[in-house]
Amino acid sequence: MKIYIENRRFDLTDPSVNLLEACLSLGFDVPYFCWHPVLRSVGACRQCAVKVFKDEADTRGRIVMSCMTAPAEGMRVSVNDDEAREFRAKVIEWLMLNHPHDCPICDEGGECHLQDVTVMAGHVRRQSRFPKRTHRNQDLGPLVNHEMNRCIQCYRCVRFYADYAGGRDVGVQGCHDGVYFGRPSPGPLESEFSGNLVEVCPTGVFTDKSLKRHYTRKWDLQTAPSVCVHCGLGCNTFPGQRYGTLRRVRTRYHREVNGYFLCDRGRYGYEFVNSPRRILQALLRQGDNALAQVSAEEAIRLAKSLLSSGKCIGLGSPRATLESNFALRTLVSPSRFFHPLAVSQHLLSGSSLSLLRRFPLASLRDVSQSTAVFLLGEDVSNTAPLLALALRQAAVRAPRLAKAALLKIPAWHEAALRTAVQEEKGPFFLAATGPTRLDDLAAAPYRAAPGDLAALGFAVAHALDPAAPAVPNLPPAAAELAERIAASLKSAAAPLIVSGPSCGSEALLHAAANVAAALGKTNPQARLCLTAPECNSVGLALLPGGNLADVLRALRDGSADTLIVLESDLYRHADAALVDEIFTAAKHVIVIDSLANATTARAELVLPAATFAESSGTLVNNEGRAQRSYAVCPPKAPVQESWRWLTALTPNVSWPRWEDILAAMAVSSGDFRDVTTLGPAADFRLVGQKIPRQPHRYSGRTAMTAHIDVREPAPAADLDTPLAFSMEGSPLNPPGPLIPRYWSPRWNSDQGVHKFQIEVAGPLQGGDPGKRIIEPSSEPAGYFAPTPPASEGDGEILFTPAWHVFGSEELSVHSPGIAELAPRPYVALGPVDAGRLGVRDGAPVTVTLAGRTLALPARILEAIPPGAAALPAALADLPFFSLPARGSVSLAAPAAPEGRP
Amino acid sequence: MTPAALEKPLTGRMRADGSPVLLRAYEAAGGYQGLRKALGLSPKDIQGEIHRAKLRGRGGGGFDTGVKMGLMPPPADLPGERYVVANADEMEPGTMKDRWLMEGDPHQLIEGLLIAALAVEAQTAFLFIRGEYGEPMARLQQALGEAAAAGYVGANVLGSGRRVEVYVHPSAGRYICGEETGLLGALEGRRAVPRAKPPFPVVSGLWGRPTLIDNVETLCNLPHILARGAAWYLGLSLGPDGGTKLFGVSGRVKRPGLWELPMGTPLREILFDHAGGMADGLNFRALLPGGASTNFLLDAHLDVAMDFASVEKAGSRLGTGTMIVLDDRTCPVGMLLSMERFFARESCGWCTPCREGLPWVANTLEAIEDGRGEEGDLQVLADHVRLIKMSATFCALAPGAMEPLRGAMQYFRDDFERHVREKRCPWK
Repeated sequence: MKIYIENRRFDLTDPSVNLLEACLSLGFDVPYFCWHPVLRSVGACRQCAVKVFKDEADTRGRIVMSCMTAPAEGMRVSVNDDEAREFRAKVIEWLMLNHPHDCPICDEGGECHLQDVTVMAGHVRRQSRFPKRTHRNQDLGPLVNHEMNRCIQCYRCVRFYADYAGGRDVGVQGCHDGVYFGRPSPGPLESEFSGNLVEVCPTGVFTDKSLKRHYTRKWDLQTAPSVCVHCGLGCNTFPGQRYGTLRRVRTRYHREVNGYFLCDRGRYGYEFVNSPRRILQALLRQGDNALAQVSAEEAIRLAKSLLSSGKCIGLGSPRATLESNFALRTLVSPSRFFHPLAVSQHLLSGSSLSLLRRFPLASLRDVSQSTAVFLLGEDVSNTAPLLALALRQAAVRAPRLAKAALLKIPAWHEAALRTAVQEEKGPFFLAATGPTRLDDLAAAPYRAAPGDLAALGFAVAHALDPAAPAVPNLPPAAAELAERIAASLKSAAAPLIVSGPSCGSEALLHAAANVAAALGKTNPQARLCLTAPECNSVGLALLPGGNLADVLRALRDGSADTLIVLESDLYRHADAALVDEIFTAAKHVIVIDSLANATTARAELVLPAATFAESSGTLVNNEGRAQRSYAVCPPKAPVQESWRWLTALTPNVSWPRWEDILAAMAVSSGDFRDVTTLGPAADFRLVGQKIPRQPHRYSGRTAMTAHIDVREPAPAADLDTPLAFSMEGSPLNPPGPLIPRYWSPRWNSDQGVHKFQIEVAGPLQGGDPGKRIIEPSSEPAGYFAPTPPASEGDGEILFTPAWHVFGSEELSVHSPGIAELAPRPYVALGPVDAGRLGVRDGAPVTVTLAGRTLALPARILEAIPPGAAALPAALADLPFFSLPARGSVSLAAPAAPEGRP
Repeated sequence: MTPAALEKPLTGRMRADGSPVLLRAYEAAGGYQGLRKALGLSPKDIQGEIHRAKLRGRGGGGFDTGVKMGLMPPPADLPGERYVVANADEMEPGTMKDRWLMEGDPHQLIEGLLIAALAVEAQTAFLFIRGEYGEPMARLQQALGEAAAAGYVGANVLGSGRRVEVYVHPSAGRYICGEETGLLGALEGRRAVPRAKPPFPVVSGLWGRPTLIDNVETLCNLPHILARGAAWYLGLSLGPDGGTKLFGVSGRVKRPGLWELPMGTPLREILFDHAGGMADGLNFRALLPGGASTNFLLDAHLDVAMDFASVEKAGSRLGTGTMIVLDDRTCPVGMLLSMERFFARESCGWCTPCREGLPWVANTLEAIEDGRGEEGDLQVLADHVRLIKMSATFCALAPGAMEPLRGAMQYFRDDFERHVREKRCPWK
């Protein structure tokens, strides 16, 4: 389709976009507010007015909202038309009538879309002399700040929060010029995606409360392309740093992964980097059991001597980079490389990887475009939040496609699509052990113990393909449900099966595999999506090694005596008794980590590791996508990347630069052959210059350290990457993997991301970051046999893990905001068992499980099936349990009389 | 005046004491004959009759009712639920015609709604009525009970096997609920925010289903069109549009009121013959022919025929046909202020020009009226009149609000300037 903009001819490759998107993609700056590349068009703000002329003969033209207008063959468009410009200037003047003009004290200042549009649309003088309306603000909890007086009523916040992300506690209140956006009453925002309001809001109504505590303007932040470390999805981020502290995290667009959004754990978890628990020096345990600081050189000498027995084994880490794990494996030799996982978790990790190698996998974008979903056992809202956000879109995908086709509504016309689709949902089947925050998407969520969930999955596979093994003795209700699920998946164009290891059931993974295999036989579009527990779980799985029981065996049989633990707190991965035995059996323990924890407390020598913020490295996400995360700032010596510590201990190895270890990795295994090409090489330059991590307006560089030394220090060198720890460098847009922030002339806010995309919401210029290093085999997948549910322990109650987006992840709980939102320990029972045991909501109960007795308050949740209980997983205040496991719950004895222990 | 013009099909049955025409009296006066006729016709034939009658929407839009019905895709193309909605959210300033119809002859509306449902093959009809209309609502409920008991409404309309359920739904009390798509939102339990068109409600309306929305007066015409035919109906009118029209006059005239008159009745006749002309001692200055969102007509326009095309040619719109008269002892700025305050308050808050522009206009008018007017205020008003127009805004509310201001700025400019110059309202 050809259209003319300002009398220049353009051929639209994709005529399914609207005029605003077409103009932006072609480089024309049309200002807008309510339109959003994902939330699309509703026509509220009227800021994107342009003039269109039907054809050459049309000399009058008419003003249209470009976001609500489809391009037409031969259409002539003028953005600069006088009438259109006058109208746009009036719209911004209207919007600014009630705006407080408090930019100097507003956290949005300097990256405010409202500022940008005000300048762009040419509103310079306030004509109105009437008073401004004011609002009361709400305390929205520890993550998001609310300042309603700045609101310009673009409706983006509710459209994201309620319409897109399914949040129920933020809405529109009031009417006319008193429209208000907030909660019914003050209180913490309920949605785990609330932080996106900060970016979705075009001005300073919703701002980052964590940033507020250590505020810095965007132009003073040193930023780099990074990858989130708080779950296995590998969302792309921009952390920002100044004066040695990490200040905030913003979304880095990746079309296939997180798109334009982040979850709150990913956005706000960063503060662990600034935690007082950070290990900043090498530490050696003294005679009196206290740790004392030693120099880096001394630490290396000591470590070398501890390792000299040659009987050292290494424990890798699912949250350390591929490089660090690889360096450890090189140091100790592959046969002495182990995973810091209990037997059950290790099994799940291996099973997951074998599935990833067998089936076509869904990226988050694929997930959101699925037309039928079977979510089997995984509580994704808590284990992989952005996956939940993508699934929420998948749930409405089928009816939206159908209505769009039937009523000829263009895909961008969100207003019309919402009217047409209303609450209609596509096929979405959810089977879980307890309540989830996606329950509203499923017609009838199926609740059962993990083994029974697996049985349902096996039955679905059998219903899809009789060659898949049948499930004996399936209850009729489950059998009927299995038939319905199979029928829906079979008739869908793009079916998706989602599962994961967080239920602790390998049978569940096998069941998901059978469904994927059965679907794949007839539909090449069928996709599998598995979650991964940590940011590099899949990367670790690609480096084979034994489990913690194997470690204890090796220590006991004398084949090993020294342990080197990389970035893991073993107490989070296995029963404390087993870990204690390991530490007791080991003669020497060296730990490399960034935060003090129960494992570093058992170390003889602790080496300070750089966090993601201070190190560049490669992480492999849940779909086998290897992505580079770049250091935001240099580590402060003696802190350094774990792989550098490990390399220093390894004889006959010299990897002074990142690309040296990458090159060694690339030749070590077929899986890693692409790790050298995930981003431009270290010597990449833009017109001969490096890419500056600091914006060109970065202020105070000469003064920042003047209180220490008036001579300005040279910027730290970065030999590893094409990025510089400096404001000097090329002002040009770097290729996708190296974009350190979104900024473009006239576009100071993140809205300028389209200046880095090939087209609006398209791939990044210069290539999307990362690459899938696991591709499915072409061989037809066989079927697993259904295994009867086996669970450890005795007792009448089967305990399953309840994951919490805030609380179940190791690092993010060191952020104050996340810690505030994390639950206190509890045990959840269904109403049947609670009634039988005489337990009321909140009552103290005694849990007996795996040889331990815990006193916990009870929660009664409707969705917990009889005979089951949920125990929060991986909470800092609860010990590790290998779940599911059997145990018992009893009403706690009345409070002990005073005077007794 | 032709003899046919004396016929008052919509209001002829009404009782002098103002009590409602109940079922027996309605049937005795020929009620539900249109429905019986419609039951014997195909939906297409019903639509054809209405189309031939040239019935144009009486809520202010003036869209051809038969054409609108024809735009709803047939069930074969769009299977599933479809709805008919009577827009009884009468809230246009100066307008009370639908109230008269509902209070006086509630069965007429129910019959019209049933015919509309048959015409578009809908099985569910909603009567969306202004929340403050307590008495009409009670009378409609009473009539609906009678109609259901008599088999006109329900699962098997008059034994025909056709099903039409009718529900009365009180509005939550906002002007914008009378905007047809805002109405749909309110009926669904959402905010009354107008919706993007296309797709139009006949394709994607209530709960995303095909929905026919018509004004009360429009629907009240259907029983007569069906019972007596399009040719008779066309003959009622003096102009190209069919039927009679309820005309009203408010303001300081001798006999403010409502009359059912032939479509196309000259404005002068309505103002002077029916409303009795201006009250003693007052002179006519201008009038808004069809509610607050129409432009002023002056002395020079008094011979205009009150039909859609003629009023438009005179620079205004027929609107609801219920006019508001401005006399020479009333301050036009004060009149405008009153109306613009109303429009600013009733904005739904969705689109910028309406939400932000109207309060600015109202504030400016208030300043002028209060003697705080400044140089440049008239320019501010003129800018709004110029820039707030259809397609610049999301719906017709704000452009409608600019209509009387446009005329006032043109016809009463001296009055505005005097306010600013003398720093006071000369009428006070």
